[in-house]
Amino acid sequence: MAIRKVCGIETEYGIVVRGADNNPVSASSLLINAYVNATSKKVGWDFEDESPANDARGFTLGDVFPPEIESSLVNAVLPNGARYYVDHAHPEISLPEVTNAFDVVRWDRAADEIIRASMLYANEILGPDGEMVVYKNNSDGKGNSYGCHENYLMSRDTPFGRIASQITSHFVTRQVFCGAGKVGCEEPNRAAGDVPYQLSQRADFFEEEIGLETTLKRPIVNTRDEPHCDPQKYRRLHVIVGDANMSEIATYLKVGTTLIVLAMIEDDQLGDDLLLANPVSAIRRISHDPTLAGTVTMRDGRRATALEIQWDLLDRARKYEQTHGLESVDAEVGADVLTRWETVLTGLETDPASVAHWVDWVAKRRLVDGFCERHSLAPDSPKLKAIDLQYHDLRSDRCLANRVGLETLVSAADVESAMTQPPATTRAYFRGRCLEKFPDDVVAANWDSLVFDIGRDPLRRVPMMEPLRGTAHHVGNLIDECDTAAELLDRLGQ
Amino acid sequence: MAERTHRQKPTGDRDAEVVEEAAPATSESGEKLKAELDDLLDEIDEVLETNAEDFVKSYVQKGGQ
Repeated sequence: MAIRKVCGIETEYGIVVRGADNNPVSASSLLINAYVNATSKKVGWDFEDESPANDARGFTLGDVFPPEIESSLVNAVLPNGARYYVDHAHPEISLPEVTNAFDVVRWDRAADEIIRASMLYANEILGPDGEMVVYKNNSDGKGNSYGCHENYLMSRDTPFGRIASQITSHFVTRQVFCGAGKVGCEEPNRAAGDVPYQLSQRADFFEEEIGLETTLKRPIVNTRDEPHCDPQKYRRLHVIVGDANMSEIATYLKVGTTLIVLAMIEDDQLGDDLLLANPVSAIRRISHDPTLAGTVTMRDGRRATALEIQWDLLDRARKYEQTHGLESVDAEVGADVLTRWETVLTGLETDPASVAHWVDWVAKRRLVDGFCERHSLAPDSPKLKAIDLQYHDLRSDRCLANRVGLETLVSAADVESAMTQPPATTRAYFRGRCLEKFPDDVVAANWDSLVFDIGRDPLRRVPMMEPLRGTAHHVGNLIDECDTAAELLDRLGQ
Repeated sequence: MAERTHRQKPTGDRDAEVVEEAAPATSESGEKLKAELDDLLDEIDEVLETNAEDFVKSYVQKGGQ
């Protein structure tokens, strides 16, 4: 049976400082330090177990450069179990590990609010002459992209070749409901005006079917083999192909449907019927066609629309629910995902405007088309690109996504509590609670361990190689009962 | 191919529905949507970056994954 799916999202945000030094690295550092200094003691990241250059296909790097680890940049761990850091030239938040799509949305929304709070704290430091602005999007419109990566725990027993070949059709076609929308085109060697509007922020940047890269020649399936847990038992599928969503339902469907398809692949219930002849050209072709009517070629020679492939995946997912159940993805959330998956496909097929409250590219397109018509603008007017960018502006008073009537899934109270509290169902609980209760004793943290300094030599590393241990159920009472970190470590050692 | 054409409703029909005497519910929700969009576009006129061209030109984000 498919293993329980632990999952999460890591988002790189766009950042601009107006009226002051606009160096993105120093701006990102200022943003993060302003938040951490105002809200908690800073606990640094521990790079001991990072190995982003390992390839899931089982070979070591030859002529490609390993991804860099920039250990000198700002790197903090938050009491909600998230990592908040400077990655390359962007602020990035990696959510704490959770066990279903609903919780991904809850902590992703909390991350947005952490960014909003960070902007306020940073602007106090910048003073009246500067303003920090952060964007939750994936492209600057000039050929530069930054990612919203997803992570899914898989069994090591599932052959990577099967995962890579069978998940690709979903990665290429799911953009019909989780594309964030983009004005113009950034595909190399094409003019921006060739495509006035497209479904996805990211599709233009994918040049390979499979590979280890994340910053150039980006692959649809990324092969980074760095499980951040017991490598004998688990894989972490690192997904770089998605857009960052403003719509909560879009994030929910993006993660929820992918979880189900991955569980089907793990149980070998998907098969090879839906393989595409050319995934790289298909992902762009689908993104460039907001009518959703165009077809792509399947490996067996048939032609199908993205919606037809999605309907086929949904049919198989429904059968899988009957034969295998959805316990691995949280049965209740999984069943709700199936219902909404059908609703969104029906809406997109009959009248896309009917799902404008769920689908970012549809909501954004209404604004762009409406504004264009009202002011009789040319399709290449910079005002339309400005609407595109401002849809993702995280300043509450400027954010256009906040104004288009997107349906919410998580209550404001649950978002607020998730800014400071970890999920109860994974090891993120242990990480977050220890940081909250013993901030002076935790000297470093990473995904699979915590390092304590309790005044005795040597430093004590607590390994967390099982993502589903260290939950509220396992250690909640224990942490409540311990007054000091030393007591906690003693009792953990017993 | 034929099945697809049959299942997919041409987008051009939507405008026609409002003009014709379609079912009241459709017409009402269509008008409500249009009114909402009008309000929204009024708001955008107020909050959109004043110098769109400079704003768009200066938004450069290198070094991402």
